[in-house]
Amino acid sequence: MSPPLLDTIHLSHLPPSMPVHVALYRDVQNAPYLRQQLMSANADFEYAFIDASTVLSRTHLLSAVFRAVNDYMNGRLKSRNVHSEIVFSLSPATNIAESFRKFGITDATKDLLVVKVSVTPEITHESVAAHLGQHVEGTPVPFDDETLSTISDIAKIKKAYKLGALNTAPPNQANGTHDAGMRRLELSVLGAIALRGAT
Amino acid sequence: MTLITQGAEAHLYKTTFLSPSIPAALKIRPSKPYRHPILDRRLTRQRVLQEARCLARLVREGVNVPGVLGVDWDLNSVHSLKGVEKGEKGVGAGAWILMEWIPGCVVRVVISRWEKYLSSRSHSQGNGSVQAEKEEEEAKILALLRRVGAAVGILHKAGVVHGDLTTSNLILRGTGADADAEEEWKDGQEPNLEGDVVLIDFGLASQSIQDEDRAVDLYVLERAFGSTHPRTEPLFGEVLEGYRASYRGSGSVLKRLEDVRMRGRKRSMLG
Repeated sequence: MSPPLLDTIHLSHLPPSMPVHVALYRDVQNAPYLRQQLMSANADFEYAFIDASTVLSRTHLLSAVFRAVNDYMNGRLKSRNVHSEIVFSLSPATNIAESFRKFGITDATKDLLVVKVSVTPEITHESVAAHLGQHVEGTPVPFDDETLSTISDIAKIKKAYKLGALNTAPPNQANGTHDAGMRRLELSVLGAIALRGAT
Repeated sequence: MTLITQGAEAHLYKTTFLSPSIPAALKIRPSKPYRHPILDRRLTRQRVLQEARCLARLVREGVNVPGVLGVDWDLNSVHSLKGVEKGEKGVGAGAWILMEWIPGCVVRVVISRWEKYLSSRSHSQGNGSVQAEKEEEEAKILALLRRVGAAVGILHKAGVVHGDLTTSNLILRGTGADADAEEEWKDGQEPNLEGDVVLIDFGLASQSIQDEDRAVDLYVLERAFGSTHPRTEPLFGEVLEGYRASYRGSGSVLKRLEDVRMRGRKRSMLG
């Protein structure tokens, strides 16, 4: 196994002692095994495992992480821990099981995003990298917008956020209308994440 | 994190979202100690959510407004975002909305720069070409005013009324090099009048499709415009022309505006 390209990120406004570790894999071979570890609540596998086709961009994923960690720090988690909350935070709806079906790892997942938050000092870049390198069978790729844009399934994302009517121009269109459409889709998604559960 | 402006209800800061390279606007509604704590929480929550919902909806509709990046509607939540005033981790220092940063300059400043520019030109050269040049400059400002009217029209078409339209709540989105408001500007320099008009500050906005509410929105803008830019007031009609052209149904709103002008903003004489 090649070493994973684990990205360690300090998010604005979150405590510097709580960096976020993100890895992106393609052609994952053992999704059923990883999902099984989650289902059996194996404490060694406390990660947010996300189907990468449901994620538009770095900003999309990280704003869900931001919301989950902010809720964690305020004792407002709706799910078991901060990692399950990250998957839940991607969802615009308040149904936790449904959010896992839509955004979480499934047995068919080929492109996988893994997120781990350093909630205790023992969780470090090295420890996460080593553990993932051992257990995820897939090709590590960089966690950047360019790679994500080849993975994300726009139709699926629009459906998940009920943004079907939103007009995004096809990628072959010139003079920036595609970029403007994608920007609008991203901002609509961020708004949905931020406002989930507002009554 | 720097304080940009402060009103009676909220403080506005420039900060970042997720990474230091993404600028963002943070609007904090601090708690009001003179209010009963339970009422304070309820009102703050209601108002923060109202504003965030309007913005999120308008982004989906494709109206030029800042997108919502994050919201915390709980007045009592603990967050490092709120260590601002006390220099410590703020506890219960306020609910907040984090919004997309719109680079550019508020229309109020753009118009007053244009007024200064125009008067400096007409003083410096006293020959026949002045008139022609003045008309040319006027054509540019008229185009801007029409875009302002169109922006309000598109907002109304999306089913939202702003509630506090002034030229300070409109940003002319800067592009490229002159993208930021902090840029220096010398008297007599020609201001840039190009760019999209972006509506900001939805703290008093609500969802309505009634002619009355829409007409009051225009009336408030008209009055604010007249007192902020008395020299440019004669051109305000161009805003209404831009509005008229922007959506079906604008005609009856403009008719209603005439009634509102006769009686003022409040329909009933009570309150």
